[in-house]
Amino acid sequence: MSEAITRQIDRSHMQVSDEVAIQITSMNKWYGAFHVLRDINMTVNRGERIVICGPSGSGKSTLIRCINRLEEHQSGKIVVDGTELTSDLKNIDKVRSEVGMVFQHFNLFPHLTILENCTLAPIWVRKTPKREAEEVAMHFLSKVKIPEQAHKYPGQLSGGQQQRVAIARSLCMKPRIMLFDEPTSALDPEMIKEVLDTMIELAEEGMTMLCVTHEMGFAQAVANRVIFMDQGQIVEQNEPKEFFNNPQSDRTKLFLSQILGH
Amino acid sequence: METATPIFVRNEMLGPKEPPTSQRGVVKWFRENLFSTPLNSILTVIGVAFVYLVLKTVVPWVWNGVWTASSLSECRQIIAETLGPDSHAACWAMIAERWKQFIYGFYPMDSYWRPTLAFALMFVALAPVLYFGIRHINVRMVGAVGVLLMIALWGLGTDGAHIGLALVLMAALTAVAWVAPKKLVWLTLLYPAIGFFLLWGGSVWGPVGALLGFVILAFVWLGLQRQVGVVVAGGIALITAAVWWLSVQTHVTGALHAAMPIGLPPVRSDQFGGFLLAFVIGVTAIAASLPIGILLALGRRSDMFLIKTMSVGFIEFVRGVPLITMLFVASLLLQYFLPPQTNFDLILRVIILVTLFSAAYIAEVIRGGLAALPRGQYEAADALGLDYWQAQRLIIMPQALKISIPGIVSSFIGLFKDTTLVALVGLADPLQGITKIARADINWKGIYWEPYLFVGLIFFACCFSMSRYSMYLERKLKRDHR
Repeated sequence: MSEAITRQIDRSHMQVSDEVAIQITSMNKWYGAFHVLRDINMTVNRGERIVICGPSGSGKSTLIRCINRLEEHQSGKIVVDGTELTSDLKNIDKVRSEVGMVFQHFNLFPHLTILENCTLAPIWVRKTPKREAEEVAMHFLSKVKIPEQAHKYPGQLSGGQQQRVAIARSLCMKPRIMLFDEPTSALDPEMIKEVLDTMIELAEEGMTMLCVTHEMGFAQAVANRVIFMDQGQIVEQNEPKEFFNNPQSDRTKLFLSQILGH
Repeated sequence: METATPIFVRNEMLGPKEPPTSQRGVVKWFRENLFSTPLNSILTVIGVAFVYLVLKTVVPWVWNGVWTASSLSECRQIIAETLGPDSHAACWAMIAERWKQFIYGFYPMDSYWRPTLAFALMFVALAPVLYFGIRHINVRMVGAVGVLLMIALWGLGTDGAHIGLALVLMAALTAVAWVAPKKLVWLTLLYPAIGFFLLWGGSVWGPVGALLGFVILAFVWLGLQRQVGVVVAGGIALITAAVWWLSVQTHVTGALHAAMPIGLPPVRSDQFGGFLLAFVIGVTAIAASLPIGILLALGRRSDMFLIKTMSVGFIEFVRGVPLITMLFVASLLLQYFLPPQTNFDLILRVIILVTLFSAAYIAEVIRGGLAALPRGQYEAADALGLDYWQAQRLIIMPQALKISIPGIVSSFIGLFKDTTLVALVGLADPLQGITKIARADINWKGIYWEPYLFVGLIFFACCFSMSRYSMYLERKLKRDHR
């Protein structure tokens, strides 16, 4: 188990409301003939912090990539913030500007400075004036504790710093939901902590978060729900304490024993 | 020396020392690069001997060349008198007498200032594009071009009025480059019309009318792209502009010309030749083939079946056909497909086909750049809510073009040298056309090294500058420095 989480967590703003943020109904996805996601049903309320885990190839990344339609689903229904995802490009762009995403490999734009990375989407998508966008960007860069790097290029930063920039870049769009696709998997151990700290701060402010991660320490400390996936389906979901201490299905037990039991 | 016992404590820290003499400076360089092994040493000696032998023949030949003579036989006589009966030397007198023809072809002599001014303005128009509106480089470039233009015009014996005009113009442009270097882009946008007007002359209203067509195109596109999307708006704008160019423009510009007959004496396309022709074809095709190549590369990667098939078809067809075939199509076949009585200028036809030819190659080079970009860049752009064209313009193309710079510049260099092939359709390119004409002169019959060397040298200078510029650009855009 990760020992990265050492600090006390402020739960005063972590409140789950009744408002539905994401509603997925009987969703299926195929890659060609391969059935990757099978009959996914899931409701995410505003303020929830959900950790999705499971063995590799279980479809967890594909699931959260369907939520901002980086992947297209073939049947069923996905409604994000009241907007249904269909092939209508307007809806897709609307959802994408409301949903922030952080990738495993950061995907910063290497030809732009850190500041430009953060202001690009607000300026071109939200039509924010440049000065205002820069102020917002500096605010979020300070929040992830790297304002002094604003005029460097991504290639000059460490992995952990790059991932924090990627988080700041998403936050600059003022998203209502954040998706994290294995945000710490490509990082050296000493850098995982700084990224997790940033994510915890975000959770403390009440952000709705879906994280695909293997950081079980993070799941126990922050999540209000853990979803376990295998072979393209949701096998078990529960609140973290129950999930880790009292897993129900055999697959979950096997998975937990593999990643925790040394 | 300290002894290596299991327990070791250093009491005194060592200061830095210089490397041994044989491992630094010139000695090291010679050892590593020229005399690293016995075989290398032998090869170095042989190589130096070879270079010496070549230079021993070539340098005196070039250096002792005769610059003033009226014919080849006079040249040889002078050489025999000064250097001895059996000696050889170049006869540069031929170049001295004919260089204007190599540069301007058969362009009317009293109008030489026009292509010269157009050539100078080309650099001014290029400055903001090549150097991103960096003030000091732009000012220096525009200023230097201005000074060189003055010298060239004076050397060509241009009349005072036109030198004065050029002086005022270049001074004004230098001032613009100083005050607002980014404003020079307007000259870049207007340059095609200005260049056309200066080179071909005629009524000023023709190019103005053609420019108006582009203004219409831009306005219709900007007005519609919100409602109907970028591609459809582009199509409608293009059709509107085409209607203007084909049926409305001539009436409007005719009326304007009747009211205000401003213009320059017209010059026919068959009077163009030499490097003037090579530059007109080369520069226009280079400037036009880059955007077309980008669109073709995007088309080839498109999800839309029809666009993809058409792009692939075009690229593969054009790449599969030799350029010479396309030039023959330009000079002979195209006429059959156009409405009767259309008098479509031969140079324009050649430019169009050379552009399309080069665009196909550029498209493939850029596709290589696109393929080299990680998928994550597209995904990050999508995830931020950028639409397709924003993502292409802001994220994908800047990176893909940067990767493709060496390939793109190679294509451009190839294209520029290929302009000499237009000799095959009867245009007077510098290498075949003008050189043949010059050598057919009874005075210069039998000369062959000098004109080819001269033409080759100018081509080399142009291509080498392009190559150096691309290296500057690569260094400038490098972002992974630590």
